[in-house]
Amino acid sequence: MPEKMEGIRIEIPSRYKVNIDREKCKICKRCTINCTFDTLSFNGERIVADHDNCVACQRCSAKCPQEAITIIDNQMAFPFHAAYDERIRRIGWEQASTGGVMLASCGNDLPYPSIFDDLVLDAAQVTNPAIDPLREPIETKCFLGAKPAKLEFTETGDEITLKTNLPPNIELSTPIMVGQMSLGSISYNAQIALFKAALEVGTLVGTGEGGLHPDFYKYGKIINSEVASGRFGVDANYLKKVAALEIKIGQGAKPGHGGHLPGEKTSKLISETRMIPKGTDALSPYPHHDIYSIEDLQQLIFALKEATRYRVPVGVKIAAVHNSAAIASGMVRAGADFITLDGFRGGTGATPRIIRDHAGIPIELAIATVDQRLREEGIRHKTTLCAGGSIRYSADLVKALALGADVAMICTPVLIAMGCRVCQQCHRGTCAWGIATQNPAYSQRLNIEVGARRIANLFHAWTEELREICGAMGIDSVESFIGNRDRLRYVGPNPKIADIMDVKHAGEAWG
Amino acid sequence: MDLDEIRDPKSRLSHSEFGRLGRIGSMGEVNGKWGKIGVTLPPNGFTKDIEACGIAGLINTNGKTENGKRVIDMITTMTDRENGLGAGYACYGLFPDLADSFCIQLLLDDEEAKENVEEFFKRKANIVKDEEVFKKPVRGMKGPYPLIWRFFLDVPEEVISASPHIESEDDYIVDCVMNINEKINGAFCMSSGKNMAVFKGNGWSHEIAEFYDLAERYNGYMWLAHSRFPTNTPGWWGGAHPFNILDWSLCHNGEITSYGTNKRYVEMWGYKCTLLTDSEVVTYLWDLLCRRHGLPKLIATMALAPRYFDDIALLPEDQKKIATELRMTYGRAMVNGPFSILVGTNRPNPSMIALTDRKKLRPMIAAISEDENTVYASSEECAIRRVGDAKEVWAPVTGNPVIAQLYRGLVWRGTEKQFEGKKIKLEV
Repeated sequence: MPEKMEGIRIEIPSRYKVNIDREKCKICKRCTINCTFDTLSFNGERIVADHDNCVACQRCSAKCPQEAITIIDNQMAFPFHAAYDERIRRIGWEQASTGGVMLASCGNDLPYPSIFDDLVLDAAQVTNPAIDPLREPIETKCFLGAKPAKLEFTETGDEITLKTNLPPNIELSTPIMVGQMSLGSISYNAQIALFKAALEVGTLVGTGEGGLHPDFYKYGKIINSEVASGRFGVDANYLKKVAALEIKIGQGAKPGHGGHLPGEKTSKLISETRMIPKGTDALSPYPHHDIYSIEDLQQLIFALKEATRYRVPVGVKIAAVHNSAAIASGMVRAGADFITLDGFRGGTGATPRIIRDHAGIPIELAIATVDQRLREEGIRHKTTLCAGGSIRYSADLVKALALGADVAMICTPVLIAMGCRVCQQCHRGTCAWGIATQNPAYSQRLNIEVGARRIANLFHAWTEELREICGAMGIDSVESFIGNRDRLRYVGPNPKIADIMDVKHAGEAWG
Repeated sequence: MDLDEIRDPKSRLSHSEFGRLGRIGSMGEVNGKWGKIGVTLPPNGFTKDIEACGIAGLINTNGKTENGKRVIDMITTMTDRENGLGAGYACYGLFPDLADSFCIQLLLDDEEAKENVEEFFKRKANIVKDEEVFKKPVRGMKGPYPLIWRFFLDVPEEVISASPHIESEDDYIVDCVMNINEKINGAFCMSSGKNMAVFKGNGWSHEIAEFYDLAERYNGYMWLAHSRFPTNTPGWWGGAHPFNILDWSLCHNGEITSYGTNKRYVEMWGYKCTLLTDSEVVTYLWDLLCRRHGLPKLIATMALAPRYFDDIALLPEDQKKIATELRMTYGRAMVNGPFSILVGTNRPNPSMIALTDRKKLRPMIAAISEDENTVYASSEECAIRRVGDAKEVWAPVTGNPVIAQLYRGLVWRGTEKQFEGKKIKLEV
């Protein structure tokens, strides 16, 4: 680590400018209280802005009673260079100032093309009637967990006997669940809002890798709890309280990385949740140090199944990487009742920027190849395929299902529902909206009831749109939609992508 | 397929026989297999069957056999349901003397194809008997007419024990059929069951009946019939219904919106969807669910056309458990979209099953004769009235099957509540 040096931070243009309309401003100072990034202050005479600190979270602007504040992009000209654009130059300046690894949060923000946007949907015409979801039932219920290959019945006269026992499954009212966000990455209020919304919707919420605060044990039946490499917050009592367990091997935002919660964030609340002393760093290792190969994973899966007496499904989450299909096959054979693929746009509370922006593969390809591989091996029924980390809105959801995912997992859309502005500063812990912070003063800004209602509304809206799409295709139940790639067509630039996804090009007919 | 491929030297026809691309009767290639377009191969550009249709069937549950006259009357009455681009019949119980052998009935482009199939069978099984299927030219019915041949086969016991992947002679025959349809140029298996056969082709239902002389030549206790109205594609012989695998024959009216899901599901179980139609996949689903998974027929219909979860929620606990677990396990087997199907099977209990989708977007009507020995099912009531001896005619409820079984009669009317009269036990 280089020594600190006077003048090491050179002057560089700020990214944003905070414009204060002096005519309108009554100097009520509300903005200075609301700003959590030390941008706005009162200098004894008027409100002044330190533009360098502004992250465009819009909190000041939203809370200004006079609508006097506007945040704009800094119009400062950068000498043109197509390769060394502003982003690249800023990275260089920043790294030269600190000598460190660039931290980031939220998900990959680079303009990689979205394959979802290159897929279009089919609709029923003439030979099959479209179904109006407002008039006819269209079912979205689904089940998380392993299914048997077949059911065994015997029939003697009028007596029908079922002889197959099903593994544990969780009923979801809609094929969408909330992904893994820990108390630590998000606030206490934000997590309660998620739990309340999921209770109303009838779906699962991930706890992230931080364990479950005892206050939340009462929400156990909608909780999909994570067992990560640090084992934070994992004990037998906790395992028995929840509906599903998910072993986290990887995360889309940081494949090949563990977690890092600095000691200053380990408050009393976090300490109780993660079961570590107050003020200590919560560092989770990159790999599980008891899982160096597939047979080790199998042992952990069955250790968890034993601990929970085989009453809850146990899943495994991996980041979508090049060899996902083979890895997923191994996971299913090792006993994973559900597997979660996390795409390269997946979010995080903190990650090295280089990993966030450059590692992993698009979720569309991961879904398609994993689904295909599991079918080829005849083990597709043995697992529920969940996919997340790139699903931005309902259109992505329906395309993910048609490509072969059973359930979509979402995080950033849920945060957006609660008012997140995607300023990507979660790793700093000073979220002005009370979502990604542990500061009680900020956390209490998030109204739990409003947040829960907004999340439930989002789920309702997505589910209704899923119904609309199914109905338009003449499908009245979501299980007939999953893996139904024949109802997708590719309109993008690269036919190789269509080949990998086993999707025909637009213009090609059925068959 | 472009013109160059059709002109490939592999073609056994002279260039003068080529008209426009993929002309009916010319030679072509689909998925690496050669054959005559419109006969053993679908017409050019045609990949999947989309159609409306007429279906009709009857079963004498007392085992009395009859010729095809009545079923021909039924299907030909519904003239609005066909446009001359395909029709077919399935007859059960027509080979009582060879009832224990598999009857493989094939459409063939020429003698060479027939010899290739014969060679294949000689290597694979014991040919008990083989003969050309009777046919006669029909005035106005467009050619080309294929060569039609049937082979009666026994599966030698040693081939089952010799193969690690094949568990039964049924599996073995399925494998042979898949092989022929996929690989042998100019050959197409119409049917492959025991004591049953399918007769189908490209023409009106009355033409196909006349072509095979069904009104006089064959006697069976069960007859199924189908007439096609393809909406956007020309007809072809192999693509006519009924579709068959082993004893399962299927007449289908509808369009399966879940085709992509169902196809991938049956492929996982080793079926190959070579016939390029959505009806084929439903035939395989019946074979998979009833023969290989051993589901009772009534239970299988609940997997293919399940009740809504809201209705299932109202059932008593045991029934609810079975209905829910069926949906959980067989979600990908659920057939979605409008359909009305008529299914015939021979083993273990010869039965006729009529089933519609759970919204009943395609018609199905059922009837029973005055003497209660014959059960009918058809798209329209006129077909049943034409036969004229119905004591009762009723409309089966959405997604609820009509099941008539030999020597047991009408076992399910399609108007019962789910599991009505059934004792449910859970041994888990």
